[in-house]
Amino acid sequence: MFDTALLIGFPYVATAVAIAATTYRWVFDPYSYSSQSSQFLENRALFFGSVPWHYGILTILLAHIVALSFPGTWGLFTADQNRLYVLEITGLSLALMTTAGLTILIVRRIFNVRARAVTTALDWILLVFLLLQVALGFWVAYYYRWGSDWFLHTAAPWLISLAKFRPDITSVSALPFWVKFHFINGFVIVLLLPFTRLVHLLAYPFSYFWRQHQIVIWNRARGQRRVS
Amino acid sequence: MDIRAQVSMVFHLDKCIGCHTCSVACKNIWTDRKGTEYMWWNNVETKPGTGYPTLWEDQEKYKGGWQKDSYGKLQLRLHSRLKGMANLFFNPFLPTIDDYYEPWTYDYENLFNAPEGDDQPTARAVSMITGKPMDSIEAGPNWDDDLGGSPVYARNDTNLDELTEDEREQLNELERVVFFYLPRICNHCLNPGCVAACPQGAIYKRGEDGIVLISQEKCRAWRMCISGCPYKKTYYNWSSGKSEKCILCFPRLESGQPPACFHSCVGRIRYLGVLLYDADKIEQCASVPDDQLVEAQRNMIMDPFDPAVISAAKANGISDAMITSAQNSPVYKFVMKWRIALPLHSEFRTLPMLFYVPPMLPVLAKTRDGTYDVAGLENENLGAMLSSLEKARMPIKYMARMFAAGNVGEVEDVYRKLIAVRIFKRAQKVKDYGQAEVDSALAQGKTNAEEVEAIFRLTALPTYEERFVVPPLGRESAVEAWEDPLDHKREAGFGNLVQITRRRF
Repeated sequence: MFDTALLIGFPYVATAVAIAATTYRWVFDPYSYSSQSSQFLENRALFFGSVPWHYGILTILLAHIVALSFPGTWGLFTADQNRLYVLEITGLSLALMTTAGLTILIVRRIFNVRARAVTTALDWILLVFLLLQVALGFWVAYYYRWGSDWFLHTAAPWLISLAKFRPDITSVSALPFWVKFHFINGFVIVLLLPFTRLVHLLAYPFSYFWRQHQIVIWNRARGQRRVS
Repeated sequence: MDIRAQVSMVFHLDKCIGCHTCSVACKNIWTDRKGTEYMWWNNVETKPGTGYPTLWEDQEKYKGGWQKDSYGKLQLRLHSRLKGMANLFFNPFLPTIDDYYEPWTYDYENLFNAPEGDDQPTARAVSMITGKPMDSIEAGPNWDDDLGGSPVYARNDTNLDELTEDEREQLNELERVVFFYLPRICNHCLNPGCVAACPQGAIYKRGEDGIVLISQEKCRAWRMCISGCPYKKTYYNWSSGKSEKCILCFPRLESGQPPACFHSCVGRIRYLGVLLYDADKIEQCASVPDDQLVEAQRNMIMDPFDPAVISAAKANGISDAMITSAQNSPVYKFVMKWRIALPLHSEFRTLPMLFYVPPMLPVLAKTRDGTYDVAGLENENLGAMLSSLEKARMPIKYMARMFAAGNVGEVEDVYRKLIAVRIFKRAQKVKDYGQAEVDSALAQGKTNAEEVEAIFRLTALPTYEERFVVPPLGRESAVEAWEDPLDHKREAGFGNLVQITRRRF
């Protein structure tokens, strides 16, 4: 019963709220759709926190998504023992890097007076849940070894069943508490996404790769002005 | 030929008295909000000096503007597209608040509320960022004001790099200490580095008047514009998380008033006018070798009396009022006709549209054996006034570095003409120069009596209407221009109820 609520009900609620709220914010409050940078106020610690954190978490997130999207290919990849070793070691080091980076960012916000001055209550909440999530991830990766393989037979079927609106928790119900905690906390972060600075995740400016360098905007269509 | 209009500016540095009225006018209107306390969209620097933010001209440090890559193609000095995207999480070249100064106020309350005691209560400095008391104030706006010759500020000016050790030493001799003021606002460049550096595409140039603006809705705090602008004229609002910059007081312009800094200028050094330029030439002009940059920029600016230019301008939707303004533009006269106004640091290759008439500086200025050698100047074959260029306290190389990307000839031409004006008028009023000297000065300045009179007139006696020649870009008339007023009335009622579609180029 408890499992059903947290592993079926909560993910659906969190995702639905996230989609509705991000859309609402995108349409009605585009001004707020960013993460307010504090680099201008504090530069040094930010480098050692922000760079490992962002590159670490993006790689890990990408690995989660790829494994989920192409379970067959991923399974073939992890079938070889050596490749599995490499994957596990990479994952563990990335988890370590991410945790360390985020810790530096949090410590920075606590002890740097200037950075603290631009930190809101929601920022603190988000930071706590993010730290919890990466710490749990590291914990699971360390104590429940070979996650890159067992993920395919536990979390993947569950998440896919959720996506297909045929929820089935049999593959995850027997998992240990810490693993489930990691799952649920993941959806807590999904829920937090539209309400916090985390929305900047969706604002990555891909168009910079192809747009023209210079932008000129005319108030009216060119040449259509009537000269009387 | 793609003719566009640009509201452009000339600052006549000889007339600047360094009173900072412009800065204060701007601050009171635009940057008295939280997060903008440290911003000076308009600031006045003392040169030689390190400026604001500290050493902003040093692009090795800040990576602003453009440079040519090994293939001769124009590239942002800051980043390639890929590198820019990779550096989003940490911009390695971002100036921090300490490169400007930490804004502060004073704890005035304490003067009233302090408990009775043996000492007079004081108002401590309090940081406007953290709200905590500040024990020492390290820097502030215009921290190096009037400190020409100071070892901390003036000697570290990057424009002095090309001077010899001897020349630098002379600048710091007590009798030779010299400085001038450099008021700076956004240059509203034709090839702006801030626009090109913005990953979000939030910064744009207005087609109608060329004003460069940052969309506050689109800005996502990637903060690349701050590095991308070589003049450091975009600022990060640390409170709102958006970049802000000079908007050339466009709400004032639209109602026919000049920007506040122009309007309030005590020395009346500022001129505002329209220039017509050929947008097809932007990339080519920004790519020429350093010493040709000033001339290349002049080549882009088109003659507003040329019928071909006028018809091309009309085809692009530039209004008659704008074209008339371009024809009466004081900026066109200073930059194109008389060629005595030069862009600041054209080697940054952003094609800045704010031009400076370089300052004449003290004329009789050479020490020999510890005394002013005024008598010695009499022996020069050119006379005291004319010789001032060779004997200028401020080496011409310094001026060339600032105003002509190192092209000494370009700056010399300007000075010869300015000297000609001075000698011509002095001969007229004080009558201590003979006709031969005047003729010689005119010949050296490549000018004539008529032009000199015109330069004198617009420099010394211009009226308000002569200094600011920009048509009001009235919103009401703008609507009429889009559509037939009656159609508009029928479709949308009174006022802009229908969203007007914007086109991007």
